[in-house]
This record gives sequence, C-alpha cells and structure tokens, in this order.
Amino acid sequence: METKKLAMIATKGTLDWAYPPFILASTAAALGYEVQIFFTFYGLQMVRKDLSGLKISPLGNPGMPMKMPFGPKWFKGINWNIPNAVQGVIPGFESFATSLMKMTIANNGVATIPELRSLCQEADVKFIACQMTVELFGFSHSDFIDGLEFGGAATFFEFAGESDICLFI
Amino acid sequence: MEFNKELDARGLNCPLPILRTKKALAEMASGEILKVLATDPGSVKDMQAFAKQTGNDLVNSAEAGGEYTFFMKKK
Repeated sequence: METKKLAMIATKGTLDWAYPPFILASTAAALGYEVQIFFTFYGLQMVRKDLSGLKISPLGNPGMPMKMPFGPKWFKGINWNIPNAVQGVIPGFESFATSLMKMTIANNGVATIPELRSLCQEADVKFIACQMTVELFGFSHSDFIDGLEFGGAATFFEFAGESDICLFI
Repeated sequence: MEFNKELDARGLNCPLPILRTKKALAEMASGEILKVLATDPGSVKDMQAFAKQTGNDLVNSAEAGGEYTFFMKKK
C-alpha cells in the first residue's frame, strides 16, 4: 500500500487555532501518513521557540464560551457574557483569558501545544516556514525551532501536488 | 482477556489516546496484544478507525461506568 500524504497550510496565530494543524498532523502520522505543514503569516507563531505569542482572544469571537475553570460546578457553568467594549479597555484581558484557557485545557486532559508539536516532530512531520513572511514580520531563523525548513509557495506545491489530503487552516 | 502490555490513557483527550496507542504498539512484537484503558468517549470510534487504517486488529472492546477497555492485536 502506498503511503498516503497530508499537506496543510497553517495560517492562524492564536492558541485555539494552533490545535487543528498539530492534532491532525500527529494523528495522521500515527495512522501512517506522510505529513507536511507549511506555516505562513500568523501561523509562524506556532513554530517559534517562544510560544508565548500564542494567545486566545474572546474579543470579537462570539462563538467562544467564557467559563471559569475553577470553583463549584454551578460556578463553572456560568457563561460570562462580557461585552466587547469592556474587554477592549481592560489591560491584559487576552493574557487573563489565555491563562484561564490553559487551565481548562489541563483540566480536560487535552495536550498542550508544546506537547503536540514535539509529538509531531517525533513522528517526522515535516515543518516548512514561509521565508517571505519570516522576513515580512522581521523574524530571524534563530527565532524558530530546530528542524524547520524555509521555503516558498513552490516548495509547498512540490509536496501538496502529490498529496491525498490538502487543508488550509 | 490475556494481554502483553497495558496502556493507561484514562483522563486523556483526543488525540492523545491514539498517539499513545501507536507508540505502545511500536515497542511490541507482531501478534502481541495491547490493553488500553480510556475515558474519552471519542476513543470508541477513534480506536476502530485507527485499527482499520493501520491494519492492527481491535479484537475486543468494552465499556463499564464511563471507562473504556480496548484490546489491540499488533499487525
């Protein structure tokens, strides 16, 4: 049986959107797929050595429940409907929401992003960073994890053109 | 049911039970049986899908009190 191939483009730079590419890549690798992820624009945040840039923002995100990860059950069940205008003026609101989300992630036995990323690397998922956006955002190669390759759109198509599944996230 | 190795994936959520199963199987010999314990309700469909796609044999699975037990025979 020929090895199946999964090609992905990761474009988002928030904690929540770092999950789908790493979950799908690690799972596909476990199923025997050859996997490649092309990180471009904000997706570059996922392959930096420092992952503190990955945050979650409830601002302008009406789909996100705002629930507390601690306290009694009735308290955890409350959805804190904080208006965008209020969220926008509180300094550090995103950092606060991010730390609450990280607690929720831990409470639910969901893997952390550093954990999923290293599982991908152990499983030989190939990471490619978009050289153009690296320069555009003023990053240098030393900002990124080892084992990353740098290339452009043509590099992506070399693998994606032969892939069985191709996703833009 | 007899088994050669046990994996405790209780409390772990998608995709960790599958990834740990894959890792545990990699260290086993062909024909050996891995017992997996899980609490993720999604693991029921996922274990079947994993077996189907990797060629390993899900010989038995059971549920009791919110806990799932799987027996996976390595290809």
